[in-house]
Amino acid sequence: MNTWLRNLFLPNASSIKAEGIDDLFMFILWLNILFFLLIAVLTLWFCFHYRRKSPNQKTAHIEHSTSLELTWTILPLILCLVVFFWGFNTYMQASVAPDGAMEIQVTAKKWIWTFGYPDGSVAIGKLWVPVNKPVRLIMHSEDVLHAFFVPEFRIKNDVLPNRYTETWFHATAVGDYVIPCTEYCGKGHSEMRAYVKVVSQQGYEKFLEEGDPDEKGMPPEKLGATLYVNLGCSTCHSIDGSKGQGPSWKGIYSQMHKMGDGKSMMVDENYIRTSILQPQAMVVEGFQGIMPSYQGQIRERQLVALIAYIKSLK
Amino acid sequence: MAEVIASPAVQTADHGHHPDYLVDPAHQGIWSWMTTVDHKRLGLMYLWCVLAAFFLGGVFALLVRLELMHPGEDFMNAEQYNQAFTLHGVIMVFLFIIPSIPAALGNFVLPLMLGAKDVAFPRLNLASFWVYVTGAIMAISGIVFGGVDTGWTFYTPYSTSTGGAVTVMTLAVLVLGFSSIFTGINFIATVHKLRAPGMGWFQLPLFVWGIYATAIIQVLATPVIGITMVLLVMERAFNIGIFDAQIGGDPVLFQHFFWFYSHPAVYIMILPGMAIISEIIPTFSRRTIFGYRLIALSSVAIALIGFLVWGHHMFTSGQSALAASIFSFLTFLVAIPSGIKVFNWMATMYKASISLMTPMLYAVSFLLLFGIGGLTGIFLGALSVDIHLHDTYFVVAHFHYVMMGGTVIAFLGGLHYWWPKMFGRMYNEPVARIACILVFIGFNMTFLTQFFMGSQGMPRRYYTYLDQFQPLHQFSTFGSWVLGAGLMIAAVNLMGALRGPKNAPENPWGGTTLEWQTQSPPITHNFIGQPAIEHNPYDYRYFKVPTDAV
Repeated sequence: MNTWLRNLFLPNASSIKAEGIDDLFMFILWLNILFFLLIAVLTLWFCFHYRRKSPNQKTAHIEHSTSLELTWTILPLILCLVVFFWGFNTYMQASVAPDGAMEIQVTAKKWIWTFGYPDGSVAIGKLWVPVNKPVRLIMHSEDVLHAFFVPEFRIKNDVLPNRYTETWFHATAVGDYVIPCTEYCGKGHSEMRAYVKVVSQQGYEKFLEEGDPDEKGMPPEKLGATLYVNLGCSTCHSIDGSKGQGPSWKGIYSQMHKMGDGKSMMVDENYIRTSILQPQAMVVEGFQGIMPSYQGQIRERQLVALIAYIKSLK
Repeated sequence: MAEVIASPAVQTADHGHHPDYLVDPAHQGIWSWMTTVDHKRLGLMYLWCVLAAFFLGGVFALLVRLELMHPGEDFMNAEQYNQAFTLHGVIMVFLFIIPSIPAALGNFVLPLMLGAKDVAFPRLNLASFWVYVTGAIMAISGIVFGGVDTGWTFYTPYSTSTGGAVTVMTLAVLVLGFSSIFTGINFIATVHKLRAPGMGWFQLPLFVWGIYATAIIQVLATPVIGITMVLLVMERAFNIGIFDAQIGGDPVLFQHFFWFYSHPAVYIMILPGMAIISEIIPTFSRRTIFGYRLIALSSVAIALIGFLVWGHHMFTSGQSALAASIFSFLTFLVAIPSGIKVFNWMATMYKASISLMTPMLYAVSFLLLFGIGGLTGIFLGALSVDIHLHDTYFVVAHFHYVMMGGTVIAFLGGLHYWWPKMFGRMYNEPVARIACILVFIGFNMTFLTQFFMGSQGMPRRYYTYLDQFQPLHQFSTFGSWVLGAGLMIAAVNLMGALRGPKNAPENPWGGTTLEWQTQSPPITHNFIGQPAIEHNPYDYRYFKVPTDAV
């Protein structure tokens, strides 16, 4: 029963602190069930057992009972204090990353997550980490409030523009874990999603050397289609012709685009490359210059893939 | 003022039906309503306004739930969805729930319960209504001209940088705040100075205690949201740098200012609801209430401690661990008085004579639904668990259980309870009961599943979502239709009663408080002569239930 309930309410516990947090969750859940049943059963029983049987029925005149009132003041108070101390204790232990934890820089920006690794490399949308090693995340936002949440690790913290916030985790199982943005940040909030990719120590080192293994061996067009989503392009650029925050990609290759300064430019490989690395250099007429630059965050192979993908969108 | 000091017994000897406040020949025509100082007429006008606001907020809710039927775009894009959930929140919080019980029912019933002719400052009451209307018009124009997509919480920096009618909407909140403050001032003065002879503080009906505690919060807390909204407008207009990180401001400061009001505000929402339950249960149990003093004092305790817990909305905001710990501890303390009330209400039903007429059905629903709402608050007060649950659907479920399962259910119960007094007509009882059952079932269908969604990781304010959540979202949307249907039936039933003749008895339910000792509907000056009381309220040893009570 307990396991069934736990699985109903909670995703898999995949970090070292998750089980402890789940234990408190389940304790509170059982308290909830117990007290709810107490309230519901007694109330409904009274409704039935003490239903009015005659219009002038006499009722008991009970104004108070010191012992009862003390009981249902003190007992809930004790239970609440137990829950408080348990939650406080776990929270305090979880708030400081262990010594020697690997540090990752997390940057949030409408509407993508970017991760900076200890070796200086940068990845968008995917946080590769080795299993069973503590990882400390130092986070900031380039614009509005965002929040970093990994449900399966039970960690969450707001990401602010004026100072660093931090959280940490120690993943206990290999796998992919979703990171949904959890502080409302506008149009792309529900699609501002990244993934923690927990792999073996070997797999992690291979990633550092060779880049994202998900991307190796993928034909450029297919890789481009994946990056279209993972790098956040989809939040502003449609592929069906509809206008978003940015121009649609449908059929734009070899077209002439009119820029805001009146010049006309052909959408070719160089145009696409410049748009990704220096988006403010030329802004299409009718759109605002709000696209973030991917300079330093995108590999050559990924650029080639995106160009191939855009070319394929007739 | 008082020509004759008359006890309720002597008073009820005058059973003639005098022209009531609705048709008072000395106050006829639209202009007399628009300039009225009669608390009952003002209460009615407030009632129509808050019901209209509830309907509008409800339409936005149905739109939001409809869009959430499937992931991705169903009929709204992300920007329209963000406006829909923002307007649902803004309308429901500021135009409906905060004024609802105090301004509509409180205005009507409070002076009657005290044996008074009106509130202490009748013209301030009139001003309070028109200030509300002004704020409502500003809010509606904000919706129509530009819309708002910040969420009802207006967090910076998003709210200082986004387009739309944020300035108009926040100024509307400022104006509406004054309406709330005026009502609070009026009720405090009324309770202190206009009680009937024999009515000391511990002879006050518990509805009065609840409204009084609410009024304290209204007066002390509302100025803070007013100032916060002004600061937000100044930031948008003049880029001063209070909240803007780029020029040295702190976005989290906004959250502290905002929640310093908005947490006490939730007690403005629930205390009047609890106050209604404290009236309905003893009346329909025909028994004295259990623990009168503790219920009365717990209302004040909740009002005061409620000012100390705002940081529990901000456990993941970047506030310090010390602050978080203190707020968590105080949050558990504020839970205790609410628990005491629930147990006292249940104890009132012990060895009682219970009649499950519609108001009592709503009261029983309240016990179950507010019970769930309050209990699930324990998850959110516990620091380590809240880190996981914050900003997920678990929170959405929790606050709908307390605000809707609590306050709205109590409001519906109060409407049915006092409808005969306000309009002199009885509504159709079987239809009203069916509506109550539909509301109960629909509400649980809509919100129970949101607890699981939230703890499984479904974030709030999400326009689209991962496929795994689709079945629960769909079920919740079906629930919203059942809930909407129940509410419509309840509304149509109550309105339909207004077509009939005014033949409701003075005291259809056998209530012991003073509003039941005058005709239904009351005359403009409430009572013939000044009523006095000789016994505590809810004392059925001395009270003779009228023969025409149902």
